[in-house]
Amino acid sequence: MPSNKSVSDAPITQFINCRILRDHQLQREDLWVRDGRILDPEKLFFDEQGYADKRVDCEGSIIAPGFIDVQINGGYGIDFSQASEDVVAGISFVAKKILEHGVTSFCPTLVTSPPAVYHKVLPQVKVHNGGAHGAGVLGFHLEGPFISLEKKGAHPEQFLRTFRSGGIEDVMEAYGSLDNVAMVTLAPELASSQSVVRELSKRGITVSLGHSVANLAQAEEAVKHGASFITHLFNAMLPFHHRDPGIVGLLTSDQVPAGRTVYYGMIADGIHTNPAALRIAHRAHPSGLVLVTDAITAMGLPPGRHTLGQQVIEIQGLNAYVAGTTTLCGSIATLDMCIRHFKQASDLVLLDDGLNVSATYISGDEVWRRGP
Amino acid sequence: MRLVILDEYDLASEWAAKYIRNRIIQFQPCAERYFTLGLPTGSTPYGCYQKLIEYYRSGDISFKYVKTFNMDEYVGLPRAHPESYHSYMWNNFFKHIDIDPANAHILDGNVEDLEAECQAYEQKIAEAGGIELFVGGIGPDGHIAFNEPGSSLVSRTRVKTLAKDTIVANARFFGNDLSKVPTMALTVGVGTVMDAKEVMILITGAHKAFALYKAIEEGVNHMWTVSAFQQHPRTIFVCDEDATLELRVKTVKYFKGNSNNICCHCFLLWTSRNCSQ
Repeated sequence: MPSNKSVSDAPITQFINCRILRDHQLQREDLWVRDGRILDPEKLFFDEQGYADKRVDCEGSIIAPGFIDVQINGGYGIDFSQASEDVVAGISFVAKKILEHGVTSFCPTLVTSPPAVYHKVLPQVKVHNGGAHGAGVLGFHLEGPFISLEKKGAHPEQFLRTFRSGGIEDVMEAYGSLDNVAMVTLAPELASSQSVVRELSKRGITVSLGHSVANLAQAEEAVKHGASFITHLFNAMLPFHHRDPGIVGLLTSDQVPAGRTVYYGMIADGIHTNPAALRIAHRAHPSGLVLVTDAITAMGLPPGRHTLGQQVIEIQGLNAYVAGTTTLCGSIATLDMCIRHFKQASDLVLLDDGLNVSATYISGDEVWRRGP
Repeated sequence: MRLVILDEYDLASEWAAKYIRNRIIQFQPCAERYFTLGLPTGSTPYGCYQKLIEYYRSGDISFKYVKTFNMDEYVGLPRAHPESYHSYMWNNFFKHIDIDPANAHILDGNVEDLEAECQAYEQKIAEAGGIELFVGGIGPDGHIAFNEPGSSLVSRTRVKTLAKDTIVANARFFGNDLSKVPTMALTVGVGTVMDAKEVMILITGAHKAFALYKAIEEGVNHMWTVSAFQQHPRTIFVCDEDATLELRVKTVKYFKGNSNNICCHCFLLWTSRNCSQ
């Protein structure tokens, strides 16, 4: 049964016997795809009088949009913050492996590093679509170096910076180029940060607040200038206080400009935040929640010592610490693990299923399937 | 006419669906000879569509060689609107079966020239060889399709203004906001449906009882346009008990008695196993 040639020659695939995630619910509906785009089958039927060339039986599975991880520092032995000669190979390797977790696009994340690292790594990787070769790269997430000393977490102190030259000049000096950068995490209490937030937002780069001791007023100021994200809520920021909620207060702030939403990343690995805290955040601002892994080099590797940026870390079970301390430095949970943990922790009503990924599709093509 | 009375809605839907199924199968449609089916929308035929989908899924029937012509569609309502009859047919029927999209005809209420659209529709029906079986419903005001009280009983496909009764009845699909209900529709005419070889009218629910009484126990009258089918050689009214509440006991007893006698007669090619279903 061919699709209407007058509109497109491309074959149409119909996914049947599935439940799709639509309008915040699981619905028993077929999913139609052509040329990497989801079709409206009603429009196809009446306008084009077209129908499916190929049917894929999902055997009752849930079809969810491919997962997007906006904070992932590496994995499987690859550290994105290492200035290697072949950064592309490392990123491609991780991109391919994370298909198994249902991740179809991601932002390779670089922790605070010296300018030499940024100047070497950034130009090597371009934004590109995913496919059978691996998840798509949406652009780098640069976490630091313009962050707070007190909340540096696992970031190396010696490479932290301030906006001493007044703003964007420091940014360009540190990073070299902003091409292929999707997101920047900074601490808004740093002097002259407002102009940086404005300039980055203007260039289409998401500005995220994190690793900061900002109070609520400073955070709201940054949002007014264009900041729209919070890096791993609760971690590396002042705790919620009832007289000054700090960055956490953005979730219910009335100073957010109309029509804009503040999104917040949460690491739902069961270690970085208590499930009760997850629930509080979700209930306060459900539409802003973004699950991230903040996964590090060791994700996918056995316990032991590994490098992260300019530091050494130690894996113990599901925990990753700065070697010799009890400071958490990222997680080794995969994104599908985080989703399962979040579902269990929250009171979302999702139909059964262990939410185990059985197959991953990019643009309608199967790019990974779980073995028998 | 035949008046088939089932105990309740589900059984009436099943009877009607089986009748349609059997008629299509007996016809043995093929590429050179399609089965043409007229179709209604609304809450009454919903159960019937569900059953037909079930029969398709179990392999009892295919719609590959069936052409359908819907009775009506609102004027000015975007086709993708959840209450348009295009949406109704897609969600409740077409998307679940194997009908060729080119063979599913519904009037388009969003064209520039509504008159031309109506004439073209009549043309398409004629080109398809006429309608083999037209399935319809009845409004509380006794209308068939959107042939409101006062419609000519020999009318053809045309634009109609909806009656107050109809708008009120449909308001429940538009958030009970009368102002949101479309006021005009394209509809097949009474004459168009009368041209079909066979007509089957589904009527369920106590709120339709008075209309059924007017349609079959009173005279042919353009105020109750379904009454026109008293003059059609092959009409079946399929109803549930509630819809017969305004009929004479004598009428109901006669047709109930009738059903028992001719049950096995009508489906000559079917075994008794099928009759008892």
